[in-house]
Amino acid sequence: MTLIKKLAVATAFMTAMAAPAFAQYSGPPIKLGVLSDMSGLYADLSGPGSVIAAKLAIEDFGAAAKGMKVDVIGGDHQNKADVGASIARQWYDQDGVDVILDVPNSAVALAVSDITKEKNKIFLNSGAATSDLTGPKCTPNTIHWAYDTWMLANGTGKALVKQGGDSWFFLTADYAFGYALERDTMEVVKKEGGKVVGNVRVPLNNQDFSSFLLQAQASKAKVIGLANAGGDTTNSIKGAAEFGITQAGQKLAGLLVDVNDVHGLGLQVAQGLTFTDAWYWDLNDDTRKFAARFSALNGGKYPGKIHAGVYSSVIHYLKAVEAVKSKADGAAVEKKMKELPTDDTVFGKGEVRQDGRKTHPVYLVEVKKPSESKKPWDYYKILTTIPANEAFRPLKEGNCPLVN
Amino acid sequence: MSAQPVSHSVSSPASGGSSLLPFVVLAACLIIGPSLIYPVFLMKALCFAMFACAFNILLGFTGLLSFGHAAFLGMASYSSAHAAKVWGLTPELAIAFGTLVAMALGTVIGMLTIRSRGIYFANITLAFAQMVFFFCLQAKFTGGEDGIQSVPRGSLFGLISLKSDMAMYVFVAVVFFITFLMIYRIIHSPFGQVLRAVRENEARAISLGYKVEQYKLAAFILSATLTGLAGSIKALVFQLASLTDVTWQMSGEVVLMTLLGGVGTIFGPAVGAFVIVSMENYLAELGSWVLVVQGAIFVLCVMTFRRGIVGTANYYWNKRQQG
Amino acid sequence: MFEILGITSQALFGQLLIGLINGAFYAMLSLGLAVIFGMLNIINFTHGALYMIGAFVAWMLLNYLGIGYWWALVLSPIATGTLGVLIERFMLSRLRDLDHLYGLLLTFGLALIFEGLFRQKFGSSGLPYRPPAELTGGTNLGFMFLPNYRAWVISFSLVVCLGTWYAIEHTRLGSYLRAATENPALVQAFGINVSRMITLTYGFGVGLAALAGVLAAPIYQVNPLMGSNIIIVVFAVVVIGGMGSILGSIITGFALGVAEGLTKVFYPEASSTVIFVIMAIVLLIRPTGLFGRST
Repeated sequence: MTLIKKLAVATAFMTAMAAPAFAQYSGPPIKLGVLSDMSGLYADLSGPGSVIAAKLAIEDFGAAAKGMKVDVIGGDHQNKADVGASIARQWYDQDGVDVILDVPNSAVALAVSDITKEKNKIFLNSGAATSDLTGPKCTPNTIHWAYDTWMLANGTGKALVKQGGDSWFFLTADYAFGYALERDTMEVVKKEGGKVVGNVRVPLNNQDFSSFLLQAQASKAKVIGLANAGGDTTNSIKGAAEFGITQAGQKLAGLLVDVNDVHGLGLQVAQGLTFTDAWYWDLNDDTRKFAARFSALNGGKYPGKIHAGVYSSVIHYLKAVEAVKSKADGAAVEKKMKELPTDDTVFGKGEVRQDGRKTHPVYLVEVKKPSESKKPWDYYKILTTIPANEAFRPLKEGNCPLVN
Repeated sequence: MSAQPVSHSVSSPASGGSSLLPFVVLAACLIIGPSLIYPVFLMKALCFAMFACAFNILLGFTGLLSFGHAAFLGMASYSSAHAAKVWGLTPELAIAFGTLVAMALGTVIGMLTIRSRGIYFANITLAFAQMVFFFCLQAKFTGGEDGIQSVPRGSLFGLISLKSDMAMYVFVAVVFFITFLMIYRIIHSPFGQVLRAVRENEARAISLGYKVEQYKLAAFILSATLTGLAGSIKALVFQLASLTDVTWQMSGEVVLMTLLGGVGTIFGPAVGAFVIVSMENYLAELGSWVLVVQGAIFVLCVMTFRRGIVGTANYYWNKRQQG
Repeated sequence: MFEILGITSQALFGQLLIGLINGAFYAMLSLGLAVIFGMLNIINFTHGALYMIGAFVAWMLLNYLGIGYWWALVLSPIATGTLGVLIERFMLSRLRDLDHLYGLLLTFGLALIFEGLFRQKFGSSGLPYRPPAELTGGTNLGFMFLPNYRAWVISFSLVVCLGTWYAIEHTRLGSYLRAATENPALVQAFGINVSRMITLTYGFGVGLAALAGVLAAPIYQVNPLMGSNIIIVVFAVVVIGGMGSILGSIITGFALGVAEGLTKVFYPEASSTVIFVIMAIVLLIRPTGLFGRST
């Protein structure tokens, strides 16, 4: 971890240089822990990139100039809840970590959320999808950044039904996350006047989706909803192209797709896919600048919503600590985070709600044809911008005990 | 099987006081441990050590390679988590319940599989473990891949709160020590002698009039039960039970621990578990290099170091004693 | 057109065909395992990793050297098979006199090393590999749209499987091989280098795994995890067929592909478990598998 060392040296140097006249936080150093999947399924969507995003945020916040010392460490939860839980405990108890960031994989995220509350620290999640984090399982110590299942389902479901996709068939990953995505999307589809003609539960570690795709084809539904993630999603999309399903007129709705998935599939296969994303690197000059800096440090790979979420959440956290002037009481810092409006160059303006949901506009996108792509990672055509107040689950409907 | 049996060194029980020494050292380690090492990490290591020791009853002392022990670990951990969280049982009852579930499961699977041999035994236990995995994934009470979260540690006998890590550690350490002594006693009992005879030469044991299958079944159930104990405690330590514990990779991991520490030695599996858990803990930042390191250890053990850490130590110790 | 449990016969034919195609991969992989088991008496746990390496060699040939699919079909099995020969020569051969479980453990360790190295280098979200231009598109069979590439996979693997079976059961070389399995000392006495034969057999089995990997590359993403996802299932196939039985592993491979395909229609959640249920039942009734010699 030479980067950390460099950062530490740089911090010390800057502290010596800068006149600490305007320093508002002068407490002990702050430590951020990026707990992620560093080598598995989600490593490209979050993983080492999230550590980079956190470091960029500290740099842009000007922590050093303000006399704040902020360190980042990384950890690999291997998508195992018990491994994640034991790292989280050790970080809080032993290593002086104040905030845990990222945490893709809903099972691990729920475990970390519990521990964070017990230790009164802060958990800023941008990696996991489950909307339970701000629903029945919300805590005064957790904030959910970037995206969640409700937001994905709502954006994609509504838009496709409006375009005439009024009958749906679901390919659902056979575990809690898949059910949540399916359930949330079904509700939207039905509310908008569409109907669900069938679904099939696909087991974990399934390699070949052709059998399930044929069932979807036989259902004659206009839209095939992919309530899955990562490799499952890309394999379904590939299979649909191979078996001529998309060419025959059925539309695929990816419910959780990341820009990195599109990159892995290639535009030839992914073109025409419609889905909702919480963030895109090519929105404006600021996001483009962020993407350029990020990709230079990340072996040429561009940032996705999770990386942007980590960046944005770190900036906001540091602001709140600065305002509270202490990092000791996690719940107090989080309260301040909910009071202050969020504002950063990557996500723009937004807010953190009572239930811990961070809201901002989200985007309904279509994947470009190969001929339309003009530069590296030029993948999305933005169809609609969904405003923040429509993009996320209404505060009252989440059954979060913090909302009265 | 004509080939050389899996296990080599049997730590010959030295007579009298010298055999006490390792246990005194173990107790001392357990007492000093938490002041040097983070207690939650220690508890994790102890749970896996218990798991590996239980597994070793089968592989090391009976010569049966089960590739489905995760089923017992996982089912017990779900059961005790459910008992503690939903039924509100006190920790000792929750653990007892989880252990009993593992015992029952072990009895059923054992009765169905114990006649198989060698590779077939490994595979049929794997098959049953995969079915248990499927059950855990589908059953409502396990919570799918989210697992059972925020399990309360509760109060021992309703009196002593286990909420603090230190209190929990003391409890885990005591249970571990007792289990360990128990395994030691069993291995050196007449029952254990028969198991070893089965391992060395099954045909001879049969001709001597032993009902070999019953002995093997008893060893299987014992191993499953103690594995269940480890799983039940693990669920309370981490306050969660998840699918990780039921996967076939977990069944593979315990083989690695046992092999590394020394198959068929008393202390070997515990040492192996400590090494593997520490590696996973402290090398975690290396990402996929952990896999490479684990694989390399496997290869190294098989190629040059078949006695494992403790087995090798014993070997040289005995050699010096004799020489 | 008729219906079974609400599934039209058309849909059912489609599903059966898909099952057979997946069965083709099981058959090729389990065939390699069976050949290795028959000769070396070890369960080759690296088989999945070598299948993955086969796919990656094809990917690397294309992306680093510009060598396309058809050459990869030849070169990748040779390259990977050579790796297999090295493994046998320098590692497995030293374990020949020990319990066979040591072979299993060694190859398990090797599988971890290979998977870890490839994950380190290529990440784990998979890399795209396109089918050759000659095999893109598909044919409408009336009851389903059959991609040409899948049609190629099933016919090619059938040829490979039957060719291997014929070579082992009906050629002179094959008869040496079978004899050496039964009684190595005797065959050695006839002046045949049994040790070299074992090494080459292992290389051949590994080559089959790599060939399956190249065939799989255009269908699935080329992914470091593809081996560990499939290996456990292929094990089950070999055990159900009867360890070491050549024909058994081929038939069982295709049959289980179909069984799995049907489960995907009638009880999809169980489709990844059904093979283990079958394995348990088969082993309880016939402890040495369907086609295994009883010992």
